[in-house]
Amino acid sequence: MNAHTLLGGRGLRRRRLLQGAAGLTVGFTLAPGSTGVLAQSPAPAPLPGSMNSYRRLEGWLRVGTDGTITIFSGKVELGQGIATALTQIVADELDVEMSRIRLVSGDTARSPNEGVTAGSLSVEQSGVALRHAAAEARALLIAAARTRLGGRIAPDAALATRDGFVVAPGGERIAYADLASEARLEREIVQTPRAKPVAERRLIGRSVERVDIPGKVTGAPMYVQDIRLPGMLHGRVVRPPSPRARLVSIDEAGARALPGVVVIVRDGNFIGVAAEREEQAAAAVASLRASARWEEVATLPPSDASLFAGMKKMASEDAVVSRKTDAAALARATRRVQADYTRAFQLHASIGPSCSVAQWQDGKLTVWSHAQGPFQQRADLAMTFGLPPADVRVIHRDGSGCYGHNGADDVGLDAALVARATNGRPVKLQWSREDEFQWEPCGSAMVIGMQAALDADGRIVDWNHELWSHTHSMRPGDPDGDNLLASWHLATPKRQSPARNIPQPAGGGDRNAIPLYDFPNQTVTNHLIPEMPVRVSALRTLGAYANVFALESFMDELALAAGSDPVAFRLRHMKDPRARAVIEKVAAMAGWRPGTQATTSSGISRGYGLAFAKYKNLAVYTAVIAEVSVERATGVVKVPRAWCAADAGMIINPDGFANQMEGGMIQSASWTLLEAAPYDRTRMLARAWSDYPILRFSDVPRIEVELIDRPEEPPKGVGEGTQGPMAAAIGNAFAHATGVRLRDLPLTPARVKAALA
Amino acid sequence: MNLDVNGERRTVDAPAQTPLLNVLRNDLGLNGAKYGCGQGQCGACTVLVNGAAVRSCVTPIASLANARITTLEGLGTAERPHALQKAFIAEQAVQCGYCIGGMIMTASAFLAGKRNPDESAIRAALDNNLCRCGTHNRIVRAVQRAARELA
Repeated sequence: MNAHTLLGGRGLRRRRLLQGAAGLTVGFTLAPGSTGVLAQSPAPAPLPGSMNSYRRLEGWLRVGTDGTITIFSGKVELGQGIATALTQIVADELDVEMSRIRLVSGDTARSPNEGVTAGSLSVEQSGVALRHAAAEARALLIAAARTRLGGRIAPDAALATRDGFVVAPGGERIAYADLASEARLEREIVQTPRAKPVAERRLIGRSVERVDIPGKVTGAPMYVQDIRLPGMLHGRVVRPPSPRARLVSIDEAGARALPGVVVIVRDGNFIGVAAEREEQAAAAVASLRASARWEEVATLPPSDASLFAGMKKMASEDAVVSRKTDAAALARATRRVQADYTRAFQLHASIGPSCSVAQWQDGKLTVWSHAQGPFQQRADLAMTFGLPPADVRVIHRDGSGCYGHNGADDVGLDAALVARATNGRPVKLQWSREDEFQWEPCGSAMVIGMQAALDADGRIVDWNHELWSHTHSMRPGDPDGDNLLASWHLATPKRQSPARNIPQPAGGGDRNAIPLYDFPNQTVTNHLIPEMPVRVSALRTLGAYANVFALESFMDELALAAGSDPVAFRLRHMKDPRARAVIEKVAAMAGWRPGTQATTSSGISRGYGLAFAKYKNLAVYTAVIAEVSVERATGVVKVPRAWCAADAGMIINPDGFANQMEGGMIQSASWTLLEAAPYDRTRMLARAWSDYPILRFSDVPRIEVELIDRPEEPPKGVGEGTQGPMAAAIGNAFAHATGVRLRDLPLTPARVKAALA
Repeated sequence: MNLDVNGERRTVDAPAQTPLLNVLRNDLGLNGAKYGCGQGQCGACTVLVNGAAVRSCVTPIASLANARITTLEGLGTAERPHALQKAFIAEQAVQCGYCIGGMIMTASAFLAGKRNPDESAIRAALDNNLCRCGTHNRIVRAVQRAARELA
């Protein structure tokens, strides 16, 4: 995506907004020895993916004298398999084995700044840039070989590349390593390099095995949690019990006297500990927590249905993000349908609580981090400590899957605050399960009002989607505030950045609120509620999860009102052939037949539901069918089976693609059936998994995924394609099974029993 | 205190109430067992004690004086992987991988002495191990594949 197209005419505010958002950052910190886009003039030719903003070849790819290829990416491995996909893309384009490629990703001292690894953009931005960097390198290596071979080959001889060599027609071959200096790979890329045609691809499109799995199943030190540095201490924090709590008193001396405790750092409401051993740090935290006296304030909203009525009344920034009018079509309206949908605050709930290692040396800070945006985290760390960003280095290491903005950024600051008091000894700071559940940002609660009109022919002639939500992105990297948790708790607190919405076409709260269907009249209105009584930020798909749930549930409600089959009804309103193709494919996969009756036996009702979305209206096309069973006596809803058809253009790695779709569907089933962050008017209440259950093996649907490959189309992001459609497919299947529509997420047994009573 | 870890006698200088997880990770430099909750609720820290799956985050080392402890590293290595490790690679049964060590250890205790467990038995055996990426079905397939190889 080109950042400039998103900036539109809105100027600086939008520009700043992008820096913390899913889009590519506009300003760059340049690697040593390179010149970047800001130094150039006049307007250079546009280049593909992130290369457009970072135009030096050696910033993406280097050929070592030992034959290794080092590639550099600003995108980071989150468990989505991006390290494999990027390696695979370069190996294919450059004709080298994957094992020769070393990936440097998310190191602020070495990698290009490609913004946050979010929004399913890594292949589109980094993958496309690396593919073209490899194409450029390959062309330069061939040219250097041609010069070297001179008169020994015909001037127009076709030189091939194979397994790290340039190969001449006579069989003579020269290793890339021997050509690297002559090829002068340290240069600016001035026009789009020509990548291989589809027919010559060897690895793109194949299910190559993930490069990180052998290490992860044998206990190799793959994760930030596995870093062990000489002299390293173990850190923990004592967090306030509620968002606005103020520390009145605490017995620091008692904790300091405990065995192994090296330092207790108190700064305002921030309390951190470092000890020689991990359990000693935990014991110190327990002692401090027991002695701490806090003054608490009830700042949280209600957690019952009145939350949503309250959200509609809160001050909001309002924008109509889509409008189409056709008076003649509107005049045909014979029937109006209206419904409100809601979604609770939900947690990322990573299996591993956030962890980071920090070390101070000569006034400079190094942080090892599993955050999604190393440069953005660095910006906020620098802001917190009043340092130039160059004095802070963030190095990405894998962590537990994050699914958005969890505690990963915050824990880096915690580690840095404690490590500042340890005379250069590094500190590994580990959040507890309770820390994570209480302080990670939630995905915002949302309320969505839908209203539409049908004509006498059962066709939608008017469509209105109006949503109220807090923001879905409070990530670090916003120059107008500091978004690291502990910075707000310091004696001289930092201010959080103002809440903003990510603009269309990607959208934030309004992501996927604009229907892909063709309606003659439509109005989509976004109400961004700037206030944030519950801490919120990006949870996988942002607003798309709830918007697609509402949109696609409502499509079924309208199909019912029109007396139409849900598949036929969608196809009737959809022109996009790729959208039609996934809908038709999933219907075939599941054996969808119009008019199929739901069944009930032994008190269990069973039904099927379908839903569709094109993620962000920019990425993967996804259609899902879910089978749902409803135990009427208990209200327990299960999803025994689900089907998915998807199209993301050129497929890089089919198995990796399928893995993302399966995982997204299961995670969405968990959100949809079980998940709401518990809180009272003062405190967030989840402390353990028993307070925030997620879907378990016995309740996970069996899933079939089929992919449509379009090798001539650009590759699109896949990681967030299924969550919205899966939620709506479950809701639609519930309605099919029971004849009753549930419009509030999650579909808990209590809600089901009440609805069926 | 002496511990038998992955077939080796290891001497550890740690208080008796120290959780086994901390000793494995911080004293012995083993990465396979992961900290997930410290409450025995997620399974990421699972290891074998005398062949049984145990939550190392809530197991004090005091209770392990004469016990055989096996971690993910003791099951197999990258060069000589255990059937389960091979099966998890073959099925690409990993997304972030943070829970996977615990899954493999739980599965290894479950598979001991079972010839051909059916799918629902495998699911039930893994029900107290949490996965957030949604890799469940691949994990089940990997356990089935390993069961066939071990049978």
